[in-house]
Amino acid sequence: MKLVFSRPESMFDKQMHYCPGCGHGIIHRILAEVIDELNIRERVVGVAPVGCSVLIYDYINCDMYEAAHGRAPAVATGCKRVHPDLIVFTYQGDGDLASIGMSEIIHAANRGEKITTIFVNNAIYGMTGGQMAPTTLLGQKTTTSPFGRAPEREGHPIKVCELLSVLDGSAYIVRGSLSSPQKIIQVKKYIKKAFETQMKGLGFSLVEILSMCPTNWGMSPTKAQEWVAEMMENLYPLGEFKLPRGE
Amino acid sequence: MAEKLLMKGNEVLAEAAVRAGCRFFFGYPITPQNEIPEYMSWRLPEVGGVYLQAESEVAAINMVFGAAGAGARVLTSSSGPGISLMQEGISYIAAAELPCVIINVARGGPGLGGILPAQSDYFQATKGGGHGDYHLIVLAPHDLQEAFDLTVLAFELADKYRNPVMIYVDGFLGQMMEPVEIRDPVDLSNIPPKPWAITGAKGRKRNLIKTLYLEGEMLEAHNFKLKKKYEEIAQNEVRYELYMMEDAEIAISAYGISARISKTAVKILREKGIKIGIIRPITLFPFPYNVYESFSDKLKYVLVVEMSMGQFVYDVDYGLKRKVPVDLLSHAGGIAPTYEEIVSCIMEKFGKGGN
Ligand SMILES: Cc1ncc(C[n+]2csc(CCOP(=O)(O)OP(=O)(O)O)c2C)c(N)n1
Ligand code: SF4
Repeated sequence: MKLVFSRPESMFDKQMHYCPGCGHGIIHRILAEVIDELNIRERVVGVAPVGCSVLIYDYINCDMYEAAHGRAPAVATGCKRVHPDLIVFTYQGDGDLASIGMSEIIHAANRGEKITTIFVNNAIYGMTGGQMAPTTLLGQKTTTSPFGRAPEREGHPIKVCELLSVLDGSAYIVRGSLSSPQKIIQVKKYIKKAFETQMKGLGFSLVEILSMCPTNWGMSPTKAQEWVAEMMENLYPLGEFKLPRGE
Repeated sequence: MAEKLLMKGNEVLAEAAVRAGCRFFFGYPITPQNEIPEYMSWRLPEVGGVYLQAESEVAAINMVFGAAGAGARVLTSSSGPGISLMQEGISYIAAAELPCVIINVARGGPGLGGILPAQSDYFQATKGGGHGDYHLIVLAPHDLQEAFDLTVLAFELADKYRNPVMIYVDGFLGQMMEPVEIRDPVDLSNIPPKPWAITGAKGRKRNLIKTLYLEGEMLEAHNFKLKKKYEEIAQNEVRYELYMMEDAEIAISAYGISARISKTAVKILREKGIKIGIIRPITLFPFPYNVYESFSDKLKYVLVVEMSMGQFVYDVDYGLKRKVPVDLLSHAGGIAPTYEEIVSCIMEKFGKGGN
């Protein structure tokens, strides 16, 4: 019998803690597949965020740190400067990256730090129970924007790819989405290219992934996926914002 | 070959770190410690190391976290307001049991305060500062030779106990110059192996550096483990100087620059026939409580001299078991106590009786 599907080697055989329909599990899986395909498990180092995916190190089998809320790019910088031959990635939510850690991500990108960031944008704070994120959509209700986000009150959603792609130090900036199987396959290609960008020493790379938080959005998993396609992709256009020089 | 050079305090600290095998520095400018990052920015590349100016102290200390976790000897330095910003990271580094050295060249606070020297970060240095139950090993040199030697020691202790070590000096020590014997570089092959470090999981089980313990029992167990380590440090690493204490009936207690100034006062007071000495802690954590206790039945008076409004005095009083009357001579914000002032303080109390 031909084996057509199995657990990636870079993944522990462990049941995940994520809610049904959550995007983190899918992203972990494709991330582990990429690590396997590039055959870098023994050279890759992950930095976990604070957020629902803080426990990513329970699932991905490689050397890992857990950083303070938002500080993953600084921790990754410290590691990469000590071991330039390692392949270092951070995995961060929107609260982690675009709020408390905004300074760290901008400066890591601007320095052209040779790390890769997997940025999971689910437009909400998952772990702390559904508060507003910097990426929360206009009109979106959260526990701390109960009337729906209004620009004059809560400001505008932050577009991270657009922001980082203007920095000279960023090499590869791309946004994908989990709203369909085709798009998930595309995200996997983006992640692979981001790691390759790092391995070629070209600079900072970031893959933003529009993802679902059915629990805090108060939707079924199917509805949540539709909401990503209809609402989020509308505000956050998909595609490659910046390509490594020469491409 | 050790050489004797006339150097500025901040540069002494930086050179000592390099000699101790430090090859990574992450920091952010703040007066009065800027000579440290400036020195490191040219000195580290010379020895194959990396200097990186972070975007903030918050980032700097987290870069230190990353580099320490990766197994490097790593340094950061700052002063009061910057050290405050680093507290989050310091708590994480202590929790993750990573070795690093942090220099605080203290200036006067609170708030923006001023750039002039003070010792008013004592509580922050010795009692936590960040959240949770943790301790730094805190070393307080009182001259530049000691600043050099304690910096080398700091890296050793950090590795030995997998704990952050703070060198706590004030801006006077940072800015003054004196001749210092620059000792030979330490033999880097003697640095203990770090099998826990992040190096890529080649040929071994993966390493994980974390500080999250969601179950109460596990978090408590971790805290007890840390507590045990701090107790071990308290057993092994207390350092202090007793200056003319053999026959002393009264004592000055001070650390750092205040102790140095007090030494002059003690010499003058001895000439006047007063039996006085100095108890000077060199480690502020672990604090030499036992030493104070051993004097608690012998002394009739202790004058605490500190460049803060009464922080260090609590530990002195606690060590003396409240058996000895203690007075406090305070200065802060760039004003150092003068030896004349200390002398007259003691003379007023004990001068007349022909003590
Ligand atoms: C300094 C600090 N502030 C706040 C928190 C609380 N906190 C934990 S996770 C989180 C938000 C995480 O949201 P996000 O990054 O979007 O990740 P998600 O859980 O949605 O995947 C916050 C505010 C913390 N742990 N540390
Ligand atoms: S709360 Fe949201 S982000 Fe967190 S696990 Fe559940 S679905 Fe995922």
